[in-house]
Amino acid sequence: MPREMMFAEAIAVAITEEMQRDPNVVFYGQNMAMTDRDPFVKKFGKDRVRITPISETAELGIAIGAAMSGLRPVVELYMSEFMLVAFDEVVNEAPRLRYMSGGQVQVPVVFKAGFGFAAGWAGQHSNCIYGMMMGIPGLKVALPSNAADALGLMKSAIRDNNPVIYLHHYMLMLDKSPVPDGDHLVPFGVADVKRAGKDVTIVATAWMVKKSLLAAEMLAKEGISAEVIDPRTVAPLDVATIVESVKKTGRLVLVDQAPRHSSAAVVIAGEIADQGFKYLKAPVKMVTALDTSVPYSEPMESFVLPSEQKIVDAVKSVLAVHAAAV
Amino acid sequence: MAAQNGLGKDRLIWMYTQMCRIREFEERVKRTFVEHPGAIRGHAHLGDGAEASIVGALATRHETDLVMPSYRCHGYPLVLGTPARALMAEIYQRKDGICKGFGGSMHLSDPAHHFPTASGIIGQGIAHAAGAAYAAQVKKTGQVVYSFFGDGSSKQGAFHETLNLAAVWKLPVVFVLENNEYQAYTHVALEDANAMAGHPLSQKAKAYSIPGETVDGTDVLKVYEVVGKAAERARAGQGPSLVESKFYRFSPHGNAITVPPVPTQFQEHESIEVYGRKPEFEAAQKNDPISKFRAVLMGNGTFTEAEAKRIEDGVRQEMEEVVKFALASPLPAPEDALNYVWA
Repeated sequence: MPREMMFAEAIAVAITEEMQRDPNVVFYGQNMAMTDRDPFVKKFGKDRVRITPISETAELGIAIGAAMSGLRPVVELYMSEFMLVAFDEVVNEAPRLRYMSGGQVQVPVVFKAGFGFAAGWAGQHSNCIYGMMMGIPGLKVALPSNAADALGLMKSAIRDNNPVIYLHHYMLMLDKSPVPDGDHLVPFGVADVKRAGKDVTIVATAWMVKKSLLAAEMLAKEGISAEVIDPRTVAPLDVATIVESVKKTGRLVLVDQAPRHSSAAVVIAGEIADQGFKYLKAPVKMVTALDTSVPYSEPMESFVLPSEQKIVDAVKSVLAVHAAAV
Repeated sequence: MAAQNGLGKDRLIWMYTQMCRIREFEERVKRTFVEHPGAIRGHAHLGDGAEASIVGALATRHETDLVMPSYRCHGYPLVLGTPARALMAEIYQRKDGICKGFGGSMHLSDPAHHFPTASGIIGQGIAHAAGAAYAAQVKKTGQVVYSFFGDGSSKQGAFHETLNLAAVWKLPVVFVLENNEYQAYTHVALEDANAMAGHPLSQKAKAYSIPGETVDGTDVLKVYEVVGKAAERARAGQGPSLVESKFYRFSPHGNAITVPPVPTQFQEHESIEVYGRKPEFEAAQKNDPISKFRAVLMGNGTFTEAEAKRIEDGVRQEMEEVVKFALASPLPAPEDALNYVWA
């Protein structure tokens, strides 16, 4: 019997259940666990749940060292950009140490952060920076788009023996959706077909999945059948599922909230050019943020970000190529 | 002879032997650039001059205590029991290297001998060491973690953030700031506010309300005493300390940075090469930590001249074999590069 759960609650449930299951899981960050009334402190005590100063390098570096000594730290970072002040730990320590040691150590850490906050947070707190991380061998990146995936991906992230960047989209935090009962795990590197269709393949992550599903509804009213695929993790990236879909539809629209050249879309486009070119009946179309910083004022913010209408227009443009060819 | 600083004859001889092993190992690394050009790639950083500091500190360890040094990391695993040949083979990029040729000189690792990793990025390993101490605290293992880093690292954010958090969490860690006076090529007086003011670098501990003490890092018995005190404090749950260990490194920062095919070697020390201060370098050489300890041990009757020579000959013989082993070890297969990306 599936439960309805808020996205944010699903993350908390996942961390709680994993901490109950494994005493080596610890959870810390800024502005949390401040009093004994904190629910995590109540359940797990002050050794495993801690508050930190605003010291991202120390927070992430300590997590890495602790992970090599047998703990499984989950670090609460709140906003993905806060990782940038400690980016060496993220991309040049956590994923390197196992490899450089010749496999002698492992670094099972989860760096948890919100992102993409398209609600007037302007240039420094609204970004989509997974493009900077998804190409680092040894580093996994999860981008859930609903409560079930938020829960299942967090559980998988905590159990994974590799460093994982777990990014939850701020615009999804209050969305409710069904979550399966029991120990629900979502495997990494397995895309999910969120809506089946036959005319066009739309690939999107996180908030863009929601927008793509809305766009698919609009298209359905016009008799266009769109398949919506959510990779769920962009590292590892399930290219095979996208290729299979393109084999069927012959058309691909990639939707991504990041600016074009730092998007996951640009990587997927490259993979499809390499592995799926012969199936394409039209050029791949990318619907990404425009190449600006995120502006503060609402009309400008909306203008630069992908929207349902932009997705609909892109789908129609790739279908028009086919019509012309026929 | 009477025991010295509570250390018996066997332990003192062990300490002397380890100091000689570090020196000879580093000498062999340095000679490799001349005798076997190309055997060592990239950058190698030597710890000659640091022998008393390394051995004095590590002699205070309990059996399971962890050690996390900087990228200047050859000496510590030698003392911890990592086979020297596996270290040399790693530096020679061989399959039998301790990291199977994946890490090299700057990124040695031997968790089986309580040495998890070294980071090649200055100062970042300080946070990793505190993390190991956090794990020891949560898991109640009783371990103390020894974090070694240079004077240059003490200007990194990682140093300051970690010392603060380690103090807040009372982590069982000893921070050993190895002040060899040169941050890569830059003299400490040009880049450290404490040094410019004529103050010891151990003063940085005051900012985090933890003990900070400066020790003569060329005197192995003094290092043993001061680091031992810090380790016992950590073990007693009273939190971290900062020890500034002052010594001089006898080699330059690393082999010269050259672009292939130009061969690389070790040049003169920065004091001469960059600053033209030959007398400073010569004075440091006269204060060699190994010669000083040798004199102490002969003076108190721990060993005779003949016994000391036997130790030194044994070490030379060991490292001769180590170099032979490393040269004979095969290179990794190219496709081995795909291993260990994922756990």
